[in-house]
Amino acid sequence: MGVDGIGARAVRKEDKRFITGKGRYTDDMTAQGMGYAAFVRSPHAHAKVVSIDSSAAEDMPGVDAVLTGEQLVGDGIGNLICGWMIHSKDGSPMNMGAWRAMEPEIVRFVGQAVAVVIADTAAQARDAADAVVVEYEELDAIVDAVAAMEDGAPQLHPEAPNNLIYDWEIGDEAAVNAAFEGAAHVTKMEITNNRLAPNPMEPRAALAIYDTAEEHFTLYTTSQNPHVARLVLSAFYAVAPEHKLRVIAPDVGGGFGSKIYIYPEEMVCLWASKRTERPVKWVSDRTEAFLTDAHGRDHNSVAEMALDADNKITGLRVKTVANLGAYMSLFSSSVPTYLYATLLSGQYNIPAIHANVKAVYTNTVPVDAYRGAGRPEATYLLERMMETAAREVGLSPAELRRKNFITEFPHQTPVIMCYDAGDYSATLDAAMAAIDYDGFAARKAEAASRGKLRGIGLSCYIEACGIAPSAAVGSLGAGVGLWESAEVRVNPVGTIEVLTGSHSHGQGHETTFAQLISERFGLDTDAVSIVHGDTDKVQFGMGTYGSRSGAVGMSAIVKALDKVEAKAKKIAAHLMEAAEGDITIEGGELKVAGTDKKLTFTEVALAAYTAHNLPDGMEPGLKEGAFYDPTNFTFPAGTYICEVEVDPETGTTDIISFVASDDFGKIINPMIVEGQVHGGLTQGIGQAMLENAAYDDTGQLLTASYMDYCMPRADDLPAEYRLSTHETLCPGNPLGMKGCGEAGAIGSPPAVINAITDAIGSNDLSMPATPEKVWQLCQTTTKAAAE
Amino acid sequence: MAHVSMVLNGKRVSGTVEDRTLLVAFIRENQGLTGTHVGCDTSQCGACVIHVDGKAVKACTMLAAQADGTEVVTLEGLAKGGTLHPVQAAFREHHGLQCGFCTPGMIMAAVDMIERHGAGNLDEATIRHELEGNICRCTGYQNIVKAIKAASDEMAGLQQAAE
Ligand code: FES
Ligand code: FES
Repeated sequence: MGVDGIGARAVRKEDKRFITGKGRYTDDMTAQGMGYAAFVRSPHAHAKVVSIDSSAAEDMPGVDAVLTGEQLVGDGIGNLICGWMIHSKDGSPMNMGAWRAMEPEIVRFVGQAVAVVIADTAAQARDAADAVVVEYEELDAIVDAVAAMEDGAPQLHPEAPNNLIYDWEIGDEAAVNAAFEGAAHVTKMEITNNRLAPNPMEPRAALAIYDTAEEHFTLYTTSQNPHVARLVLSAFYAVAPEHKLRVIAPDVGGGFGSKIYIYPEEMVCLWASKRTERPVKWVSDRTEAFLTDAHGRDHNSVAEMALDADNKITGLRVKTVANLGAYMSLFSSSVPTYLYATLLSGQYNIPAIHANVKAVYTNTVPVDAYRGAGRPEATYLLERMMETAAREVGLSPAELRRKNFITEFPHQTPVIMCYDAGDYSATLDAAMAAIDYDGFAARKAEAASRGKLRGIGLSCYIEACGIAPSAAVGSLGAGVGLWESAEVRVNPVGTIEVLTGSHSHGQGHETTFAQLISERFGLDTDAVSIVHGDTDKVQFGMGTYGSRSGAVGMSAIVKALDKVEAKAKKIAAHLMEAAEGDITIEGGELKVAGTDKKLTFTEVALAAYTAHNLPDGMEPGLKEGAFYDPTNFTFPAGTYICEVEVDPETGTTDIISFVASDDFGKIINPMIVEGQVHGGLTQGIGQAMLENAAYDDTGQLLTASYMDYCMPRADDLPAEYRLSTHETLCPGNPLGMKGCGEAGAIGSPPAVINAITDAIGSNDLSMPATPEKVWQLCQTTTKAAAE
Repeated sequence: MAHVSMVLNGKRVSGTVEDRTLLVAFIRENQGLTGTHVGCDTSQCGACVIHVDGKAVKACTMLAAQADGTEVVTLEGLAKGGTLHPVQAAFREHHGLQCGFCTPGMIMAAVDMIERHGAGNLDEATIRHELEGNICRCTGYQNIVKAIKAASDEMAGLQQAAE
């Protein structure tokens, strides 16, 4: 491929296998004697399990075993846990109800597993699962989070009276109250963030292989963080001790957060493999994915913003109810708290902020982090407030934002975060120029002459990525440290393997990480292999989410490279009888500055391993490891502007232009970064206009297939996203990277909704902005205009 | 049970499967060709698109038994003698894939699309419309559309050069 360093638009090394059909995903794996698992799932949102009769199923062809929750609990398999402790404002710890991988007593959402069938083929397992007779006694269900807190609502867990998990707050309430007392203007809105199903195209899957002789498990699974999976499976679920459990996440077909968590199905496959003494495979179908993959978002908020006479924001008050579903998923508690309310300051200088968040159980599938996780909810709330406030006080939306921008760094917000670097005016200016903001009035008039309504909407987002400094998150309740590890192995022939705890499920690490090595040593990227996703190969790692692979994962690689470089220079200096400080590395060679003496990288690597002539006391070999723990979050930020045209006759909205100007800090491969932004924007536009995970009042999921859940397709989207970047380096990590994986999904929904509400002249619009909703609002506004 | 025999990527293969076995299951499980993917259960996502007798087909909508006597090409059979098909090459060149899961169906649908419209006759709006039956969650489609357009134009150039 050649020497492709930092900044090169290198085509991806991993693509070869994907474009030839040679990718290896979990469902592509097989094992000798493998059985297939099919789960028996609750059709009710809330019910007592009265009895389970598996006799008919057990007699069906190919059936090996029917296993129930009672047996699972009896074998000492632990409950699923939430790994982030949140305390309510009164100091009490969150109220966590018990979640078993298969439920023996009370089911709490449609699709919850109560039993599993293991059979010789997938079809036999499915048939037999349908023949397991479960008697339920239905209970009243509750799906609305606000209603779930009311007296008399159905109760999910005895541990959580009124279904309240926690009642948490952040910020200085008295200071906020004072700001509102002195306010010249107050903007108030009720804001809903719609519930989404993440929908990576590869459904979840697991293949568990138990080795009876070694008492050892191997688990192939669709995970974004195989080491975390191993840790949780052994430390909390007691499936196997860590050294007896190997977790492999091979090629993974997208994650978007939903493959962070350790789900019941993987646990059950491991346990069932031991019980049946055969490998057990399970592959989710799409309906199961809708029913059981953790959903995202689902907030109801009331927000108030205080402005002074000069239109400076003086205070922000937010009350949010977060629906966490029927159980607390692995990181669910952190999403509506530390990943949400800490970003409510946005790009603005807001002296006083107070947020109160109530997290609530409902009879729906658990809700956890989905691309952006908390930050999209904060951005949507704040950016709709900014646009609305601008309209109310009669200022241009860009002007109100600019007036309130943070311009000096570091900037301590009133909600924990300390922003390290940024230039918010630069990204706003770039986006406004790209979309020809000044020419909008003329375009609007032209559209009006055709009977169309044009609108333009801004969104200036900020997010906290590079998750995260371990001590900081530990003090906020996290059960793990969020550092990353790397090992750089230089082979005797000078090729390099980099072992990383980051995990690629579409992000292109095999390419970008190799570019880092290529840059450092002047080696061909083909001489570099990136090894990831296997707990037997990589010692430990925290995985990929929160846009952390660059800022945290690559920083660990840089630290290991520093050590390799230092040792290689020592060896080269010794061999060439030069001073260590005179050695430079260039184009794959170690040179003595100012002379023509040089050794190739390969010669030095070989010397390290032959060890015939090393400096006194030096150990042989050229292999170094490093752990990197970030010192702060990173703060990618930017401006997105959306221009739409609405047809008032049909309510359909066309996105005419979408421009994005992002500051991601240092960029390694612009092509890959653009791809991340395209994908994020599309998911955000999907949230704004198409997607909604809807339950009816009885807790049935109405959108459990692609016939009902509207995924963005190619012709739902603008002809072209126009992107630009503006770089301010992150001072907190060696490369100055901030992260780019989530920005698109975080920043785009408010830009779309601000544009549509601008077009139709009504602010009463919730996501997704379907043609029906938009048409209804057009009826009211055109009627009002006529009167 | 049904006996199925077909030419799969140029090789004659056969097998005995249950009557209800889907073509995609026959290809993946019986024949071990895992390059064709399953992304849904309602024939919406297009991850399973293959060519049956020269036409793009969602392999999850057809029984294996229905494919008896046909000629089937999957993504594994597209590259000829180690040379990538122009559509495969264009997907890599234009970053038309991220996780790679939708990619087999995307590429097979694209090859069919170019054949139906004629190389060089595709504009971006047509490509977007044609991708109605293929869902990608990663790329936002922009680079997929670019890749298909580039491949279509390149194939037109190759045809001209050959004439
Ligand atoms: S698997 Fe065939 S269309 Fe989705
Ligand atoms: S590349 Fe991941 S679904 Fe298309």
